[in-house]
Amino acid sequence: MIVLDKRPQPSRAWSMATPVVAVLATMLFGGLLFAALGKNPVEAIRTIFWDPLFGEFAFYYRPQLLVKGAPLVLIAIGLSLGFRAGIWNIGAEGQYIIGALMGAGVGLALYPLEAWYVFPLMVIGGALGGWVWAMIPAVLKVRFGTNEILVSLMLVYVAEQLLASMSLGLMKNPEGFGFPGSRNLQQYESAYNAELIAGSGMHWGVVAALIAVIFAYVLLNRHMLGFHIRLTGEAPRAAKFAGVRPARLILFCLGASGALAGLAGLFEVSGPAGVVSIDFNVGYGFTAIIVAFLGRLHPVGILLAGGLMALTYIGGEIAQSNLGLPAAAIQVFQGMLLFFLLALDLLTNYRVRAAWSEVA
Amino acid sequence: MKLTKLLATGAVALGLATGAWAQDKTKVGFVYVGPVGDGGWTYEHDKGRQAVEKEFGDKVETVFVESVPEGPDAERVMTQMALDGADLIFTTSFGYMDPTINVAKKFPDVKFEHATGYKTAPNVSVYSARFYEGRAVQGHIAGKMTESNIVGYIGSYPIPEVVRGINSAFIHARKANPDVQFKIVWAYTWFDPAKEADAAKVLIEQGADVILQHTDSTAPQAAAQDAGNVITFGQASDMSEYKPKPRVSSIIDNWAPYYIARTQAVMDGTWESTSTWDGIREGMVEIGEITDAVPADVKEEAVALMNSIANGEYHPFTGPLKKQDGSDWLAEGETADDGTLAGMNFYVEGLEGEIPQ
Repeated sequence: MIVLDKRPQPSRAWSMATPVVAVLATMLFGGLLFAALGKNPVEAIRTIFWDPLFGEFAFYYRPQLLVKGAPLVLIAIGLSLGFRAGIWNIGAEGQYIIGALMGAGVGLALYPLEAWYVFPLMVIGGALGGWVWAMIPAVLKVRFGTNEILVSLMLVYVAEQLLASMSLGLMKNPEGFGFPGSRNLQQYESAYNAELIAGSGMHWGVVAALIAVIFAYVLLNRHMLGFHIRLTGEAPRAAKFAGVRPARLILFCLGASGALAGLAGLFEVSGPAGVVSIDFNVGYGFTAIIVAFLGRLHPVGILLAGGLMALTYIGGEIAQSNLGLPAAAIQVFQGMLLFFLLALDLLTNYRVRAAWSEVA
Repeated sequence: MKLTKLLATGAVALGLATGAWAQDKTKVGFVYVGPVGDGGWTYEHDKGRQAVEKEFGDKVETVFVESVPEGPDAERVMTQMALDGADLIFTTSFGYMDPTINVAKKFPDVKFEHATGYKTAPNVSVYSARFYEGRAVQGHIAGKMTESNIVGYIGSYPIPEVVRGINSAFIHARKANPDVQFKIVWAYTWFDPAKEADAAKVLIEQGADVILQHTDSTAPQAAAQDAGNVITFGQASDMSEYKPKPRVSSIIDNWAPYYIARTQAVMDGTWESTSTWDGIREGMVEIGEITDAVPADVKEEAVALMNSIANGEYHPFTGPLKKQDGSDWLAEGETADDGTLAGMNFYVEGLEGEIPQ
């Protein structure tokens, strides 16, 4: 008989250790899965975790880790602020899309003007787009008490329809022979979010993600607003007595996460993606939720988690191509990671002990 | 910029270095937009890949990555294949166009083949199939078979390739049955069984008893089977598990001969950048078995139509034809040129609704 005792305080040690244990458990059970598929498990795990970092072509994959990880970290940092206060923005994917549309819209409207201020204007447009989209669930929640989870999630689908409409209509490349998709911003120098040092993967989105990490860290640890966010999540009644105004907190948390998601969209559309297309969004907004929790809602943790997630994507592709692993197996592998993390989280809040004596 | 070039040359040098000892094997990579088990588009490309392996045996090595999103991810997958020594890479979705061009620039010695696009380069070819020829045959059967006179059409994306298919099917359905109407639903996906099933159900509820699809899964076939008296056509692949009804025929994309020929060209060193657009005649488009659910006389007419397209007697876009707005498009006996077809963004007269903008 196994008994769970609730800990009076969540265990700090386990809180730090569970992500590591979850990764190890994922490697173990993922290895078994790959073995069951007839692949060498050691080689598969090595391909996913080692090759992108230290393999033969690591000079190409390391920068790609930044490209893939930056939007995840940027979005997850924003989400973590709200999540800490119990404000659940599930619609980052939609804010990411609208940010990209607004930012790219500014750039496309100014085409072919070449000026230094084009890109900064696009950045403002991107942040504004994400912010506006997040303000819809925020204002509805503050004014009418609606559920921000449902509203923000549903707005993702609205955003996707808008994206399709823009790619096929207003933003369609006039020189594109009737095919959907906008002009390629990579070929519009003033709007192109190029790598700051060529071949390094460092584009403005990566810089923004790092700044966001530092900013969030300072906010949560040194600033009154950060204290209020943490207090509201951990002890709502105490927060009330401390004079926290929930409405302001909701507006701030949703607004900040929306703006960051919008920025991520803008940096992606003006850089690695280049075009507004119907399939522009590939799920960063949803994956970032996993990243936020994998990183324990802590800025530094999120940075590491974003890197890890990017690693499984890139390593997973290499494993598909070189070892012939099916894409579904890679997805199961990624799913395992979250599953083990959530399962092991139990150990943070509960003590597990065998209770033979009590049964007898 | 300079460092990118440096890296690229470095990458190429590496590619050459690894190529030196593996020269006897030609490595061919495939980038797929859906899973190989989609039963449609990607499934057929993967059959083409398997045909290449079978044809050349030990002389070739093939690799593939499935369900690759269109955009930066595709670019990374292609780069990775090129770095790993691929000599020839097939990128099998329209959305891979710009990524293919980008990667091709960095690897001038690797040959690229992009399906259904229009941008070429010295080391990038494009290829596609004249699916609209198959649509003509489908349209004829649909027009003859429908009793409600409503034909449902599941569009993927409103791009020229799909619009062309709708027009071709509609022209021939109208010829067979002047009262036929098309109802079109846009799914905005190439592969999403849930969305496709929903689209099919909506169309059936609106009275459609024939469903045509330009999406890749078999979900609409299953929805039609559940509904009962509805017929469908296999898309991209034969989808023969739904024979003899609802699936009464199909358009099959047969990429194998093309993939084998292009691999052979790389082996022989005769590969050149080309634009290929083949149809029923060349065997890139095949019409799957017309089942006995179709009356014998209709089947005969459909086969005759197919043969007349195959031997070049008949072009599915032959005038007189008008555009939806009533303006003239093709005069009596005139046929559409490939340029107009490639960029087709209008409906022909008689179709209802607008192409989403």
